[in-house]
Amino acid sequence: MSLTETTYWVVGASFALYILIAIRSRAGTTQEFYVAGKGIHPVANGMATAADWMSAASFISMAGLIGLSYNGYGGSVFLMGWTGGYVILAMLIAPYLRKYGKFTVPEFIGDRYYSDAARVVAVICLIICSVTYVIGQMKGIGVAFSRFLETDYETGLFSGMFIVFFYAVLGGMKGITYTQIAQFCVLIFAYTVPAIFISLQLTGQPIPQLGLGSTLADGSYLLQKLDQTLLDLGFQEYTTSVRGSTLNMAAFTASLMIGTAGLPHVIIRFFTVPTVRAARASAGWALLFIAVLYTTAPAVAAMARLNIMQTLAPEPGQHLAIEERPAWFKNWEQTGLLGIDDKNGDGLIQYSADPETNELVKLDNDILVLANPEIANLPNWVIALVAAGGLAAALSTAAGLLLAISSAISHDLLKRTLMPDISERQELMASRLAMAVAVLGAGYLGLNPPGFAAGTVALAFGLAAASLFPALLLGIFSKRVTREGAILGMLSGIGVTLAYVFQHKGIMFIPGTGFLGDWPPNWFFGIEPNAFGVVGALVNFTVSLFVSRLTAPPPESVRQLVEEIRIPVSPRSI
Amino acid sequence: MALSDAETIRRTYWRENCRWMLILGSIWFVVSLGCGVLWVEPLNQVRLGGFKLGFWFAQQGAIYAFIILTFIYARVMARLEKRLGLEEPEA
Repeated sequence: MSLTETTYWVVGASFALYILIAIRSRAGTTQEFYVAGKGIHPVANGMATAADWMSAASFISMAGLIGLSYNGYGGSVFLMGWTGGYVILAMLIAPYLRKYGKFTVPEFIGDRYYSDAARVVAVICLIICSVTYVIGQMKGIGVAFSRFLETDYETGLFSGMFIVFFYAVLGGMKGITYTQIAQFCVLIFAYTVPAIFISLQLTGQPIPQLGLGSTLADGSYLLQKLDQTLLDLGFQEYTTSVRGSTLNMAAFTASLMIGTAGLPHVIIRFFTVPTVRAARASAGWALLFIAVLYTTAPAVAAMARLNIMQTLAPEPGQHLAIEERPAWFKNWEQTGLLGIDDKNGDGLIQYSADPETNELVKLDNDILVLANPEIANLPNWVIALVAAGGLAAALSTAAGLLLAISSAISHDLLKRTLMPDISERQELMASRLAMAVAVLGAGYLGLNPPGFAAGTVALAFGLAAASLFPALLLGIFSKRVTREGAILGMLSGIGVTLAYVFQHKGIMFIPGTGFLGDWPPNWFFGIEPNAFGVVGALVNFTVSLFVSRLTAPPPESVRQLVEEIRIPVSPRSI
Repeated sequence: MALSDAETIRRTYWRENCRWMLILGSIWFVVSLGCGVLWVEPLNQVRLGGFKLGFWFAQQGAIYAFIILTFIYARVMARLEKRLGLEEPEA
């Protein structure tokens, strides 16, 4: 069987599984549609959360981001940021919102800040964060299809939309939860199998996490060898190259952490478990499942980078002849992920850090994960599995985001703000309709990605960190923060962050409209735009607390609400 | 400790909860932003097998620590709830 045929079979089987699950888990009530009836076991929710969380970017791009763009150590910001947020979520957010026990994140903000205006501001922040995020997933689906199944981008996107439409509209959170569990199994298997093979080949150690610290066949440590090879080619050392400055790295990590804890599509996953205790345990399980991929990724990054460099320059000063380049190299040249330009015409590929003489002119981040199985000569079924895994990662995250968006529209805008009199059945209809519109809207944006789509996933974290996270945290830990404080806080946090990103990256990312220029000397204390969420969060906190001092304290009922969400059950006097 | 009235139980629960959040939160900060970013250079002088220690914290150790911290928190809170009679009925 050819590779394409095998891939069709594997991807087709995984899709058939998702459809089967969708048919078996239709939602009959709004409670099932929004929060899966609150009956999901904490371990199962942990898996679903892990799939919800790990997007196309985590699966396809992150290893390359670490290994290539951020040259090793600098990429640690993603590893720590996208896992450390779960500790904050488990301690500071999830248990209390689970106790509150309703359906959405804006609903809590609206009730806690006794204001429809606060609810609407939260809905707007949620939609900005989630839509920027979902565009990346739709693109991931289209790209994965076109690369592995040799369809065109549009066909791929439509197939993905059809699957998501099917289980998200039919089953809501219930359907999404069970498909996410299946998708987690597919994606984690697809990620670890090639990693184990490549680790075995390079170091003889089957566990990639240990392989990263092991020795190669020649007896030298893998990381030392990588450091030396990079230095020889004029790059910085892999294990010590800092991204920007120490302050920038700290700000970037912190922004991703608190952004994680403020992203609505992650928070609502914790509404599906039966108890507060289960919500805390579930965060631990989610983190454990996520960590399987997140501790493997740095090993894949280093090993694949070393593999590519040793292919290009087997010994220092020796270069691969263009005529002798391996088959996988040619395959990936056709997709545009690799590109060579024999500048000095010697028939050899000189790879170096100097853009003047470097002849490997295109080396895409995604290549580290996508081409890994071929570089390591793995069988066809492993390559097919990587395709199914990448699609599972993109589909599961897209579905979670779409639910966050559609429930904010049907529940917060419609039921809680505009038409409070609609019945349960009408709201369920409305939520299905909102989901259908959200899927189609996301598909449209995937087909016609706005100019700013490239830099958006990191931006979603900055915006969540600066807008929703402080409002949630203050809502739980302070009884004194008022509606005026929270609304102005959210608006100033998201405003400052957007303004900072736009002034450096261009208004709505349109090139040439950025008025301060995107280079380090103009950055605020050297903090790059993607790392600015933490500053936006500090602005939000300051404004919220200051304005709250000047305005009348919240009513007694709100103080009671805060007391109640802080404790799992009301204590009984003996 | 008199756990007789509801208000005392409430206050004890919240005080203990905040104490654990402070302890575990401090460790969270030390293993990630501390060992992985701020003090990475001195730690890199120490080696752990083929790893520089600071690099290991940034790309492996911090994540393992996060998992342990989250499970410890879940466990101590479940115990605290049992001790104070605040267990939720299983749904």
